[in-house]
Amino acid sequence: MSAATPAARRFTPARMLLYAILLFFAVLYLLPLYVMLTTSFKTLAEIQQGNMLALPREWTAAPWREAWGSACIGLECSGVKGYFFNSIQIVVPAVLISGLLGAFNGYVLTKWRFRGHKIVFGLILFSCFIPFQIILLPMARVLGILHLANSTSGLVLVHIVYGIGFTTLFFRNFYASFPDELVRAAQLDGAGFFRIFFRILLPASVPIIVVTVIWQFTNVWNDFLFGVSFASGDSAPITVALNNLVNSSTGVKAYNVNMAAAMVAAVPTLIVYILAGKYFLRGLMSGSVKG
Amino acid sequence: MSDTAAPPGKGARERLQRWLPKLVLSPSCVLILFFVYGFIAWTSYISFSNSGMLPEYTWAGLRQWSRLWGSWTWGIALHNIWVFGLLYIVSCTLLGLLLAILLDQRIRAEGALRTVYLYPMALSFIVTGTAWQWFLNPGLGLEKTVQALGWESFSFNWLIDSNMAIYTVVIAAVWQATGFIMAMFLAGLRGIDGEMIKAAQIDGAPAWKIYLRIIIPQLRPVFLSAVVVLAHLAIKSFDLIVAMTGGGPGNATAVPATFMYSYAFSRNEMGIAAASAVFMLAVIAALIIPYLYSELREPRS
Repeated sequence: MSAATPAARRFTPARMLLYAILLFFAVLYLLPLYVMLTTSFKTLAEIQQGNMLALPREWTAAPWREAWGSACIGLECSGVKGYFFNSIQIVVPAVLISGLLGAFNGYVLTKWRFRGHKIVFGLILFSCFIPFQIILLPMARVLGILHLANSTSGLVLVHIVYGIGFTTLFFRNFYASFPDELVRAAQLDGAGFFRIFFRILLPASVPIIVVTVIWQFTNVWNDFLFGVSFASGDSAPITVALNNLVNSSTGVKAYNVNMAAAMVAAVPTLIVYILAGKYFLRGLMSGSVKG
Repeated sequence: MSDTAAPPGKGARERLQRWLPKLVLSPSCVLILFFVYGFIAWTSYISFSNSGMLPEYTWAGLRQWSRLWGSWTWGIALHNIWVFGLLYIVSCTLLGLLLAILLDQRIRAEGALRTVYLYPMALSFIVTGTAWQWFLNPGLGLEKTVQALGWESFSFNWLIDSNMAIYTVVIAAVWQATGFIMAMFLAGLRGIDGEMIKAAQIDGAPAWKIYLRIIIPQLRPVFLSAVVVLAHLAIKSFDLIVAMTGGGPGNATAVPATFMYSYAFSRNEMGIAAASAVFMLAVIAALIIPYLYSELREPRS
């Protein structure tokens, strides 16, 4: 509920000021992205002349080609493309499996309650909030023992385990408001545990599936801590490769290549956000903020 | 729904149906128990041992803890997380609330503006750090651009100034998270009951007074959620600092998360690293457990 009066729709000086402030912040928020994009299309010579805010005088896609296929990361000079595919290999199974587990957990914790279900949920939920530094040392050892150190499969396991908390939270809150009567009616008709889930709850779960997939996708894609701790070599995700490219290069810094690489790392989550961000916010806000 | 759901006694199939829910839940429980609570226990034990490069299980009492508190870098890290956390939480909350209130005035292009304020949230901290590191680059970035525009004495070298570098991280972090906080406040504003506001408007109260006296007090739960979310993000912040300053210049922007990482993986001081991780967990637990407890208890009343 806004305190604006109906008369406020007309353009008064106060309204002009309001729009001016909002636009000012919009420019402020867009500026870094604009600078990243324009820098990635400039030649290095043009960058060194200064004026970050100017459009490229001479547009070039060479920085993008170099970032994708030939920039040196560590000793290998084949760009970020391999790491980009590593990230995809990590994200897809991690999102699917943690999402499925979360959906089942939410279903059990709301529709098949047992004594102590609140404690179980509390214990799962707390795992969302732990600082991951507390698990880095033992996880490194366990991945070593399982022969999963420095592999994308190892990172998939890590992301599944520490993703369960949020996926369970999302599905549990969503299913909590799903009418129990429908479940009970299906039970009386003789439907079992899985039948009720797949026939009745899952088809109604699209909004929360969208939220969960976007949340997990962005979290896993953007992860750096797990990647740098458990897979720093060839199986590193794109974020680790980007950081290595930007912060360990010697000699002249190729800012245009760095920005192109940063854009490559940013594009998947930006696309997901632009396409589905609206549904994400709607779903997230209805579940997480009360009052 | 409860255990009584399945009617008693129809043989094996019924018994299976009775156990199925718990069976389906159990893999997650086993994973969480082992990888979360087991690991917490292991790390906590290691913080009381002599472990260096390899874990060692003999009890060493508080040796690692006193080494941690005696460490100069840890002192800097604690100081930085205070400065960073406080500025980050206060700036994001105030700016988020301001943007939400401004956007709540029946703005024409609300959807587009919301998208603009929110998109940084979709980016990885590494991308944000890379972008801002370039943006604030003293030689070629903002400084040179402003100079080229005519203000020749303009200087902005916070990124390489060890007293100021932590503030550049605050700027980038606030840029990234404010949109999300704004969205939380906007959802809160839309949920406020309009009756009292209408009454105040009829009484002729000015808009700022309505916000201060009626609307903002009703947003208390959102303030609480925002502060908890931000404090939690601040304590965990690692990526942004690594990407922007690498903890430097020197140790100037070290925080507990980067301290823990460097002692664990570069300095091979497992014991101190474990102690610092346990400390981080304790702070977050003190913050999160009361919050979760109050959130989970609510539906019953």
